[in-house]
Amino acid sequence: MNIIETLTSYFSYPFVRYALIAGVLIALCAALLGVSLVLKRYSMIGDGLSHVAFGAMAIATVCSMAPMTVTLPITIVAAIILLGITGNAKIKGDAAIAMISVGALALGYLLLNIFSVSSNVSGDVCTTLFGSTSILTLSQTDVLLCVLLACVVLLVFILFYHKIFAVTFDEDFASATGTNAKAYNTLIAVVTAVVIVLAMNLVGALLISALIIFPALAAMRIFKNFFSVIISSAVIAVVCAVIGIIIAILYGTPVGSTIVAANIAVFILFMLVGKITKRS
Amino acid sequence: MALITVSGASLGYEGKPIVTDLNFEVNQGDYLCIVGENGSGKSTLMKTLLGQKNVVAGKIEFGDGLKQKEIGYLPQQTEVQKDFPASVKEIVFSGCLNGCGMRPFYSKEQKRRALDIMERLDITNLAKSCYRELSGGQQQRVLLARALCASKKLLVLDEPVAGLDPVVTKNLYKLITDINKEGVTVIMVSHDIHAAIEFASHILHIGNKPLFFGTKEDYKNSDGCHCFICDGGCDE
Repeated sequence: MNIIETLTSYFSYPFVRYALIAGVLIALCAALLGVSLVLKRYSMIGDGLSHVAFGAMAIATVCSMAPMTVTLPITIVAAIILLGITGNAKIKGDAAIAMISVGALALGYLLLNIFSVSSNVSGDVCTTLFGSTSILTLSQTDVLLCVLLACVVLLVFILFYHKIFAVTFDEDFASATGTNAKAYNTLIAVVTAVVIVLAMNLVGALLISALIIFPALAAMRIFKNFFSVIISSAVIAVVCAVIGIIIAILYGTPVGSTIVAANIAVFILFMLVGKITKRS
Repeated sequence: MALITVSGASLGYEGKPIVTDLNFEVNQGDYLCIVGENGSGKSTLMKTLLGQKNVVAGKIEFGDGLKQKEIGYLPQQTEVQKDFPASVKEIVFSGCLNGCGMRPFYSKEQKRRALDIMERLDITNLAKSCYRELSGGQQQRVLLARALCASKKLLVLDEPVAGLDPVVTKNLYKLITDINKEGVTVIMVSHDIHAAIEFASHILHIGNKPLFFGTKEDYKNSDGCHCFICDGGCDE
């Protein structure tokens, strides 16, 4: 009873409701893309791109520009390069991701230190990387932007579902039989970049990978066809986001880490269920 | 006009030709087997036929109204597919994608055709099974069904029996031969020269120079045939 009362009182504040809406939508988008990215062996791209976004954010802070206007284009370009690089490049996919990610992180931190705008650089960095409280400070415009972008991601996913499946399962076959695999890979890259820039507000740069990979990996422990994996990973993401935010509110824990902890718990649960059902 | 006419084509990477002066043609209903040593340019030729690579010189022409995207393709298994959660039905249906254009979903007609093809290849009972849990032979039949969904005219098969046991291999060859007899043109890349001689109607043996193109009867009497078979171990 006590818990319900506390929750009701918290949810009477608009910023808590905004956080919940934005959190659920971002987790949903990340999970949908995550299935395709994990299967394409791009699990680390969330990590890599979030570091790029961090570097871009550092540039924006130094030049005192709106973060979104700098991070979004730079991250999109990085995503296209990373997802397109595997074909015949001299530096292979995982090495390219590692290189760009570490480089952007280091340069971003360097920039913030040299041209420090605020007095508390390490505090700022910590906030950007771990997204400590920013989700609780979202404005109505931020939430509207989140809703809009989430709608676009969902629409892309529904309209191009079969094409995304084909390109993920077998790129060679898809392009040999006349599907424009490159275009759809670019589409996935752009959407991934958008989701990551969005998700930085929620869980911070470092924990975005978790939002992308955990729901997908958990779903794959139990489900054996693409459609159910997609649906269940979306459901897992939404449930974990809600649980994580509620626990964070009740016990004052950091929002991002709590959501990820919920995801880890679900992953372990699904892994056990998968093992048990296989044996019987 | 032939389905595919290759005239004076040079194929290779980044302008460096691996195969030069390649001439052959494939007619409707042919069963062409492309054989050759590792590195002789078999896969390069196949990629070029599939439009994923350009010819360095010469040209490849499609006739009989065959379009680039009307080629059914059976690629080799990739690393990604080994733990991919997908049902057989999802994979076979994905072969229909080239008929969709901008339409986001499959039409009723496409689904019906895909189900017919699954029935024909005897994998209807596997429709809901998970692809990664099937045996190697079943997986190849699923990918063959997907290729047939993409095209009823021409199939390009890349080492379809790699890694299969002898019984499954024999069944798969029989299935491919039957499909060929139903009017589907087949181009198969293979190491298996004995199967090529047994099942194919035409043989293309490539190496640094195009060594041989012709019917299998001619091939059996050619020099190239003898060296290649004897490379496999017999001493003449």
